[in-house]
Amino acid sequence: MESLWPQVEPLLAQVTKPARYIGGELGAQVAEHGRQAVSWLLVYPDTYEIGLPNQGLQILYEILNERDDAVAERSYAPWVDMEAAMRAAEVPLFSLENHLPVRAFDILAFNLSAELVYTNVLNLIDLAAVPLHGSDRTADDPIVLAGGHCAFNPEPLSDFVDCFVLGDGEEVVGEINEVVAEHRSKGRHSSDHPAGLRSRESLLRALSRVPGVYVPACYEAHYGPAPAESGSGGSTTPSAPVGPGSLSATNPRFAETPARVEKRTIADLGQWPYPRQQLVPLIEVVHDRLNVELFRGCTRGCRFCQAGMITRPVRERPAEQVRTMVQAGLARTGYDDVALTSLSSADYSGIEETVTSIIDDPSCSGQVSVSLPSLRVDAFTVGTAAQIQRVRRTGLTFAPEGGTWRMRQVINKLIREEDLYAAVDAAFSQGWKRVKLYFLIGLPTETDEDTLGIVALAKQCVAIGRRYHKGVAVTASVGGFVPKVQTPFQWFGQNTIEELTRKIHLLRDAARPVRGLTIRWHDPRATAAEGIVSRGDRRMGAVIEQVWRNGGTFQEWSEHFDLRLWTDALAAHGMSLEGTVYRHRTEGEVLPWDHLSAGLHRDFLWQDWLDALANHGLEDCRWTPCYDCGACTGFGVEHVVASAVPPAGGSQGTGQDLSTGGQVPVRFLTTVPSGAVSAPGPEEHEAVRVGEGRG
Amino acid sequence: MRIRFRFAKLGKIRFTSQRDVARMWERALRRAELPLAYTEGFSPRPQLSFGLALPTGCESLAEYVDVALDAARAAGIEAASLPALLTSLLPEGIDVEEAVPVEKGPGSLQQLVTSCSWTMRFTGVSKEELRHQVESLLSAPSVPIVRERKGRQEHDDLRPSVLALAVSDDRAVVAGRRDDAGCSVGVVAELATQPRGVRPIELVRGLIAVSGGPSFRPLEGQAADGDRSVGIPVLDRACRTQQWIERDGIREEPLRPRGIPAETHRAVHALERAS
Repeated sequence: MESLWPQVEPLLAQVTKPARYIGGELGAQVAEHGRQAVSWLLVYPDTYEIGLPNQGLQILYEILNERDDAVAERSYAPWVDMEAAMRAAEVPLFSLENHLPVRAFDILAFNLSAELVYTNVLNLIDLAAVPLHGSDRTADDPIVLAGGHCAFNPEPLSDFVDCFVLGDGEEVVGEINEVVAEHRSKGRHSSDHPAGLRSRESLLRALSRVPGVYVPACYEAHYGPAPAESGSGGSTTPSAPVGPGSLSATNPRFAETPARVEKRTIADLGQWPYPRQQLVPLIEVVHDRLNVELFRGCTRGCRFCQAGMITRPVRERPAEQVRTMVQAGLARTGYDDVALTSLSSADYSGIEETVTSIIDDPSCSGQVSVSLPSLRVDAFTVGTAAQIQRVRRTGLTFAPEGGTWRMRQVINKLIREEDLYAAVDAAFSQGWKRVKLYFLIGLPTETDEDTLGIVALAKQCVAIGRRYHKGVAVTASVGGFVPKVQTPFQWFGQNTIEELTRKIHLLRDAARPVRGLTIRWHDPRATAAEGIVSRGDRRMGAVIEQVWRNGGTFQEWSEHFDLRLWTDALAAHGMSLEGTVYRHRTEGEVLPWDHLSAGLHRDFLWQDWLDALANHGLEDCRWTPCYDCGACTGFGVEHVVASAVPPAGGSQGTGQDLSTGGQVPVRFLTTVPSGAVSAPGPEEHEAVRVGEGRG
Repeated sequence: MRIRFRFAKLGKIRFTSQRDVARMWERALRRAELPLAYTEGFSPRPQLSFGLALPTGCESLAEYVDVALDAARAAGIEAASLPALLTSLLPEGIDVEEAVPVEKGPGSLQQLVTSCSWTMRFTGVSKEELRHQVESLLSAPSVPIVRERKGRQEHDDLRPSVLALAVSDDRAVVAGRRDDAGCSVGVVAELATQPRGVRPIELVRGLIAVSGGPSFRPLEGQAADGDRSVGIPVLDRACRTQQWIERDGIREEPLRPRGIPAETHRAVHALERAS
């Protein structure tokens, strides 16, 4: 197919940030579409600036383009002005490398990182001139695929997406590519093929046999009578009907379709040193820096955290490879900032040595700064603080999540108050004057005492800062909790908008007299909308479609978000916030994601939920005997770490003796970094750069 | 030690902003492993000083940046070797043409430059109509236009800033696609930069203002729907061809071109390879 550039170019004079649509980044691969190659369009369904840095998409982009039998290009959601210009000029969604229309591709693959982008997915399918519903597509239409964390509850998008990929994508994309290539070599490509539709079905059925691939059309959902009310989250009692009949089962339709789809897990991160050619955008994007993944997975077991639950076990990248990737990446890109990413970077074996070796590397001429997003504060010692501020003092964010020790036991984020204060003290003593704290409200069993504990903690942090500086600023960012699937909190009824608003007012009033403390909060209405899709079943597809048809795109952007679109659409389909978001799920209830597995046993999750309700914390399983969650045993994999001894802060403040190690199923990396780890001084932190998030 | 670079910005990359170009330069200079001088303070940055900002969407054959090097480590640097190296490290469309060590003189490039030469290409207007509009503009005592400055609209007189303006059908100016009406015409212009720089789109507004044509949307520089009996110029391409420093009646460029092909030739080259 012909490049659309001649049609695209005149539109660019009319739109904001036209460089979003030109491609041309360092690392972009402008490949020719050979007849034999399966072509993929990888799409991040949000703006270029949000989507481009996504590492998952970049990893798959490279892995696919390295194959002889595949070619991959990228696209992002055009901003509303560009979309209007494209629709007016009848220009369909296009790729950035060759400016080809989506219909020139075999596979249209979406990254699903957040629920509120779902309406953008529908919009992009439509803008691509691909039939919106999978059931209307023919053999001439691309296969619509989706992966990413939200794929663990794919049902709300099952009308629109043909295949979902669960878990790590590195290996499975190749297997999908081979299935599609083989199918095509059998000659599905003639448009007048009488068996066009059936042929598409045979391809989807073949894909459903690839481990980790879920094809909703191969499954049928059954519904029973409406469930009995089971109470609600927050302080209100629902009076509205809980909705249509509850789900009774999701069963495979074909003999060869697996009854349960298990996620994919790569055993050794060291075998996947990607991205090798990280994209360097021409315009400023979020996380605009070199990113190197330290490890995948997290065993801290924070119960609210879906990422931590679904990415187990821990797989560390060898320290030597981290250093090589940083060195090569900086030389190649010209960045002067590198982020060492993971879900909890301070848990990386030998984190201090790694950071120090990067900063001291002579080829960096002392001008490279290191950011540690998701740095647990229990390892944030004065030493670490001193290291990371040597070049540039980036923003510091600590995430205690809960305001009281009791609350933190419930959510299993076992940081003591002293841990936080020590971390904050370390930061202020090393010259920081601004610190950001992240908290969640609307957590299970939360009382007003827990909520107000947020202000008490933050106030104490301000007081600590005053010992060092006059103009200290502490910001407490408060988000409303949305229960996520495949976590122990998947049964919890989310707090109502009114309840979250009441708690925000409590916090705001309590914080008002505290000089130097600012409370910021996430819109509780957006939290509710996120809840609608996060645990919805197949019937939520019609709701999402109606929101989109009524203009509801870019719903994660506050200037475009409109809760009315969502509640109207729910009502139009006989549903309500009470029945879908605020309702507690029961032990026996069939959940819409029960036929999909992140490796975690359902009874493990239920027990963890009961432990949460009983205020029981659970220690990090990397250093303690196995709780048999299922993630390691089920996949025959193990934690892959470089050290049997946890780095600083591994005790999570519990005082647990971790010096023994070795009792747990860990596989050691062959190269163990030399040098002792620092003494356990528990603090849990995150250091992220202020101003790069949004919302 | 400072090195002044002259570079072109052509093709798709014209859709990036001046800020974006600055960041491209920072990364390319680091990749070139030049001993950059950094600013002091908590957040050290390389010391780069660009000339007049080029509006997003415009091309240029005459962009400049002054780069400060750490004198202690810059001894062996051969400026003449840098254009080829940096062109290879900068994104496609940014071509570095010259690099010359300069003394730290009085005033920044931005303060010194007094005017810029442009070529502009239009659709939507015939050559005769455009010639008439150019003549009207040049003979008008004042040309009121609306300018947008930092989100605010200001009324201003464009006329004193138009130092030269002529219709051109030189291939260098009008090369490229032709619009539906089959016309493709252009102008060459010299626009003052002091006290404020005039953007190409503002010249288009001026041409529309004197055209006596239908009502127009002054900010878009495009005619409103409806009467199209009088051609309204729609800016298709704009390219800055020179920046000028006028001092004591002598006009010269911030770097005197050396061993570079003639201007017209370069302009043709530029527009042909564009997009």
